[in-house]
Amino acid sequence: MIRYAIKRLLLAIPTLFVMLTAIFVLVRLVPGDAASVILGDQATEASLRALRTRLGLDQPLHVQYLSFIGDVLSGNLGQSLSSGRSVAQEVLLVLPYTIELTLAAITIGVVLGLPFGIAAAVGRNSWVDYASRLVSLVGLSFPAFVSGILLLIVFAIQLGWFPVLNTSGSGALERLRNLALPAFNLGIIMMAYVVRVTRASMLGVLGEDYIRTARAKGVRPTRLILRHALRNGLIPIVTVVGLYFGTLIGNSVLTEIIFNRPGLGKLILGALNARDYTLLQGLMIIFAICVIVVNTLTDLAYGLVDPRVKYK
Amino acid sequence: MAATATLVSPRPGTLWTAFASNRLFWVGLVLLAAIIIVAVFAPLIAPHDPLEQNIVVRLEPPSAEFLLGTDGYGRDVLSRLIFGARISLLVGFLAILVAMIIGATIGIVAGYVGGRFDQLVMGLLDVMLSFPTLLLGLMIAAMLGASLQNLIIAIAITEIAPFARVARAPTISLKQRDFVEAGRALGFGPVRIMGVHILPNMISDVIVMSSLWMASAIRTEASLSFIGLGVPPPTPTWGSMIREGFENILDGWWLAVFPSLAILVTVLALNLLGDALRDAIDPKLRGE
Repeated sequence: MIRYAIKRLLLAIPTLFVMLTAIFVLVRLVPGDAASVILGDQATEASLRALRTRLGLDQPLHVQYLSFIGDVLSGNLGQSLSSGRSVAQEVLLVLPYTIELTLAAITIGVVLGLPFGIAAAVGRNSWVDYASRLVSLVGLSFPAFVSGILLLIVFAIQLGWFPVLNTSGSGALERLRNLALPAFNLGIIMMAYVVRVTRASMLGVLGEDYIRTARAKGVRPTRLILRHALRNGLIPIVTVVGLYFGTLIGNSVLTEIIFNRPGLGKLILGALNARDYTLLQGLMIIFAICVIVVNTLTDLAYGLVDPRVKYK
Repeated sequence: MAATATLVSPRPGTLWTAFASNRLFWVGLVLLAAIIIVAVFAPLIAPHDPLEQNIVVRLEPPSAEFLLGTDGYGRDVLSRLIFGARISLLVGFLAILVAMIIGATIGIVAGYVGGRFDQLVMGLLDVMLSFPTLLLGLMIAAMLGASLQNLIIAIAITEIAPFARVARAPTISLKQRDFVEAGRALGFGPVRIMGVHILPNMISDVIVMSSLWMASAIRTEASLSFIGLGVPPPTPTWGSMIREGFENILDGWWLAVFPSLAILVTVLALNLLGDALRDAIDPKLRGE
């Protein structure tokens, strides 16, 4: 297991470099002169030159690249152009909100999705199965901002159960009320994924010989499903939940915008509107690192639950 | 997985019967056909000019004159919705076409050449695949600037990796088949073998999967338009209509609700089609 873990961790390093290089190239795709794009048409020649020097744009490309990689590796993600704070500071300010939202969504998704998916697989072609397939199909078809807006209109505006705008109250109940709709919005999309994977995975496992053997030996159905089948069925579920992380990030950006919650999503939108390219670049680097960490953890978890993986 | 399955089920007709018997397939097909017809004949169907502003009737709720109400500039929501279908379908279709051409080429070459090259290319694509689609598209669109062409480029790039994966798997099994070996013995170059002998044998797999990814492309287009990185106004797009509706959410629920439903129905139709096609290809999911 340790050898597998080390190998997997080492694999994350080239991945990180590829992502960093891609981000470097992407940011330099801005057509024309980046400094004049940032400062607008009215900028004076002197201020343009000052900005170019500050961003290192007057250096040759390979020098820019090396200093970019060097900065990232030493933990320096640059400075926001609009607020002057460091990117790390900006992110740390809103990160708790995003983590809170993401964890709540994962909980809702797994708690609702897992039993629903199991029930669908066990009662294949029953009404539960059809209902679950319909729910997951509709859930997967919703872009996060569409479901968010519909939730907002129905539950916040028409019914008035939840605040339309994120209120700044700090009480636990207030926090929960603010969290409810966005978390539910992200959670149902997550649930759609979980239901689908759980169903497919359980269908595969339930068709295995050892399940038939267990059934023939008289193992009770609940025990058969939860102990014998689910244990093996969980493997692909863990992987997909890990892979889903990227989608979750994208959806949380949209959800935060809709529900006007502070978080990484609002930060990105602000950076876009202010043409704050250094903040945008810093945010992309952070997302890239998050994705790599989650992928690596998923692979490690995979190795943990499925001993065969380690020996490949 | 889907690819190898097609290779072992050569009986013609089985595939068609498999998804033709799927009721959801027909629901998806009819819905999609209806949306395409609406988009193509938009000028004939739309009751009003989608760009015509009339301040007198701004923010009117749905009525006999304006079936789905009017927006903040007094424009007819239904007409804008009908014309918006064009952008969604156009962007979805072109982005997927570009992604399919580039992705399938990469997949075939990587699978055919094999070895280190294959490992390197697939490693890079895995990295791309794991990066959030929306953020990648957002980043590219933000850097290139908002326009129809850049939107298509941004979405196409996000969809290259899955196409390459689907094209690579059947290439690897096809290149070991006798007819490819025979072609090589006859002295055909690698380009001819890949283009004439391998491509026609796996293209159906790639095309079948494209309906699922077109759903995702349309979702990404709507999301980027919503964020403000889509086709610039006044061109009506569903995403930007939702954005305007969102800004006026307290004045009129109809502004955001109808384009939301339009996106939902379109994506759902494509997902229904894609699911039925995938189920038909994968024998494990086909009814016993």
